[in-house]
Amino acid sequence: MANTKRRSVLKLAGGTALGGMAGILATGRTPAYAQQKTVHWLKWVDFVPATDQMFRRELVPAAEKELGMKINLETVNGNDLQPRITAGIQSGSGADIIMSFNSYTHLYANSVVDMAALAEEVGKREGGIYKYAQAICSNGKGVYMGMPWAVIGGMIAYRKSWLDEVGATKFPDNWETYREVAKKMKAKGRPFGQTLGHTFGDAPGFTYPYMWSWGGKEIDANGKVVINSKETVDSVKFMTGLWKDGMDEGGLAWDDTNNNRAFLSQTISATLNGASIYIESLRKPDQYKTEKGAPLHTDILHAPLPKGPAGQFGFHLLQSNMVMKYSKNQDAAKAFLSWLHQEANYRKFFESQKGFATPCTAKWESDKLWDVDPVMTPYKVAAKLGQAPGFAGPPDAKAQEGLSKYIITDMYAKAVQGMPAEESVKWAESELKKIYVA
Amino acid sequence: MAVTAVAGAEARPIPRLRRLEDERWLALALLLPTAILLGLFIAYPFFEGVLLSLTSQRVGVDGEFVGLKNFVKIWNDSIFRTTVWNTFWYTGVTTVFKLALGLWLAMLLNRHFKGKALVRAFILLPFIIPTVLSTFAWKWMFDPTFSVINWTLYQLGFITQRINWLGDPDLAMTSIIVVNVWRGVPFFAISLLAGLQTISPELNEAAAIDGARPWNRFWYVTWPLLLPVTMVVMLFSVIQTFADFQLVYVMTGGGPANATHLFATYAYQLGIGTGLLSEGAAISLAMFPFLFVIVVVQLLYIRRVETR
Repeated sequence: MANTKRRSVLKLAGGTALGGMAGILATGRTPAYAQQKTVHWLKWVDFVPATDQMFRRELVPAAEKELGMKINLETVNGNDLQPRITAGIQSGSGADIIMSFNSYTHLYANSVVDMAALAEEVGKREGGIYKYAQAICSNGKGVYMGMPWAVIGGMIAYRKSWLDEVGATKFPDNWETYREVAKKMKAKGRPFGQTLGHTFGDAPGFTYPYMWSWGGKEIDANGKVVINSKETVDSVKFMTGLWKDGMDEGGLAWDDTNNNRAFLSQTISATLNGASIYIESLRKPDQYKTEKGAPLHTDILHAPLPKGPAGQFGFHLLQSNMVMKYSKNQDAAKAFLSWLHQEANYRKFFESQKGFATPCTAKWESDKLWDVDPVMTPYKVAAKLGQAPGFAGPPDAKAQEGLSKYIITDMYAKAVQGMPAEESVKWAESELKKIYVA
Repeated sequence: MAVTAVAGAEARPIPRLRRLEDERWLALALLLPTAILLGLFIAYPFFEGVLLSLTSQRVGVDGEFVGLKNFVKIWNDSIFRTTVWNTFWYTGVTTVFKLALGLWLAMLLNRHFKGKALVRAFILLPFIIPTVLSTFAWKWMFDPTFSVINWTLYQLGFITQRINWLGDPDLAMTSIIVVNVWRGVPFFAISLLAGLQTISPELNEAAAIDGARPWNRFWYVTWPLLLPVTMVVMLFSVIQTFADFQLVYVMTGGGPANATHLFATYAYQLGIGTGLLSEGAAISLAMFPFLFVIVVVQLLYIRRVETR
C-alpha cells in the first residue's frame, strides 16, 4: 500500500489554500499517522519462553488482523519494568500498555486509566475475579488501576527421590520438619535453596508468607506498624538456625534465576519457585537428567510453603496490565486488552503456560489443563490463596514501598549475616515507621 | 551619489561582524556553544534536581515544596548512612589500588620491548568493553553456585567449601572493588604512561650518572614530575567511582542487605524502584558536597604542585 506522507498533505493543503479537513479529503486518503493505530505493549520476558514465541507467532498477528492495528510487543527483564514505567510517566511518552507486578498499580494509580469496565465484564463472564487480584488491582472504590492478567504461583519444587532417601515421603508441612529435613539434606550436600537477595520474585515470595505464618505482620488493620513482635522475632531466630542447618548459604546473593539453575544442576534439593524449573525440565528431558539417568522432570514434585504457628500462607506474583494515562491510543489499547481477554485468545496464553500462570478468575480453576499433569495441579489455586504485602492493611503504595525497599527480606538477611534477631526486627520497624508515618 | 554610497558600504564591514574584532565579543561567541551545551545538559538538570529534592514529588504525583524535609529524612535513614560509608570505602580502596597498579603498569609499559604497541592496546581492553557486559561476566565468575574462581580454588585444593562471594557482605564489597580496579587500572596506566613520556630521559640519565639508585631516581625525579598528571587522573577517577552505578546494579543490586549500596544505586532504588523521586534526588544531591570538597582539595593541590 502506498503511504500518504504528511508532507504531501501539507503541500496540497497549503498550495490550494484548502485548509484542515478539506485538504486531507482532497488527497483521497487519510494522513499517514491516522492510517493505522499502533499499540505498544511492554511486558516481562516470560519465564516460559514458549509463551513469548506464541505471542509473536500467533496472538499478536491475529490481533493485528482482527483489530486493524499494529501491535508492538516488547519484552524486558522483570526487574526492568519499573524504570520503564517511571521514565514513561515522567516524560509523558512510552508504551501504551505496561505489565505491572504486584502493587505497582497502587504506586502509579494517578498515571493509569481505569480498567473497571473490562474487569467487571471479564469477572462476570468468568465466575468472578479473585479477592487477591481485586485487592492488588483495584482501589476498593470501583477503580481498577490495572487489568488483572495472571498470578505466577509460588510453590516449592523438590526432588522426590532425594527426600525419600532421608525418610521424608511427603514434603514437610510445618517449619520444624522442614528444618529437620533440610538439615539432613544439607549433610548430604544437597541443601534446600532460597534467595534472600534484592530480587523481585522469589525473595519476597518466601519471606512474606514465612513471616505471616509465624504471626508476624508489617502493620495492623489500622495502619499501625506492629512488626516488632515476639512472633516476628521468633521467626527471625528460627530463620538464622534454618539457614545454617539446612539452606544453601549462597542464597544471600541469588536473583530470581539462580535457584532455577541450582536446582536444574542438582546442587539443591528444594526451592520455592514458579513452575519454571519443572517446565524447563519437561522441555529438555535429554539435557536435564537425574544422577540415575532418568529425566529430571519425573523426580520433581510441588508443595506449598509449610505451616507456621499462625497458619499457612502464600504470596504470589500478580501481574496486571496498565493502560497509561499519557498514551494517545487509550481506546486502541483497551480494545487490544479486551481482545486478549476473550476466552479463545486468553486460552492460548493459558495453555502455553502449562500451569505456570494461574488466571485471576474462578472459572479457570476447573479447566481440564489442571488434570493433564498432576505435578502442576497444586498451582491451580495459587491465585485464590495468595495474600498481599502490607497485610493486615491494604496492599497500597506504602506496602509497595516496603516491598521495593526489600525491608522484610533484608530483616532476615541481616539476621542470617549475624545481627541479633531483636536488632534486625527493630531495624525493620524503624524503616517501616518511616514509610507509614510519612 | 549612488556610486559613492555603494563604495562606502563595501569599505565598512557590517557592524555585527565588526563587533567580533573586539576580543571580548569573540571570546563570548566562541564560548557560547559550550556554554549552551553545559547549561542544557549539566546546569539545567542540576537545578531541576535541586528543585526536585525540595518537593514531595512522586512518580506521577506533583508534589509541593517541603524545604529540607527530604534531607532530614535521609539523614535519619540507616540505609543512607550505610550507603555513605560504602561509597567512601569503595572509592578510597579502589583509588589506592588503581593508582598503585596503574603506575606500576605504566612504568613497565614505558620500557622498550617487543610488541609494545600491541600490549598497550590490549591493556585498554577492560576499559573499552561496555561495563555492563564485562560486569555480567564477572557476576558469573562470582556466582554462588557456579563460580569458576571457586572451582579453580577447589581443584587446586585451596578450599573445601564454596566461597560465598556475593552473599557475604564483606566479600561482596571486596568483589565489586576487584571489578572496579580491574576496569579502572587501564585508564590510570595509559594516562600515567602519557605523563611518563613527557619526562625527558636526560633527567633520569643525569641522576644515574650522579649515582642515584633506581628507587631514588623514581622518588626524586620521576614522581615529582608525574604528580600533576597523577592528580588530574585521580580527580577524574574519584568523581567517576564516587558516582558509580552500573557495576553495583548488575553485580548485587545493592544487596546483600544493603551491604554494597552506593549513592547512585540507593538513589535509583528510592527514586525509580519506589517512585519517591524527590528522595532519590536528595540522595543524589547528598553526593555533591562530598564530591565538591574532594574536588576543591585536589584542585588546590594541583595548583600548588604546578606553581612550585
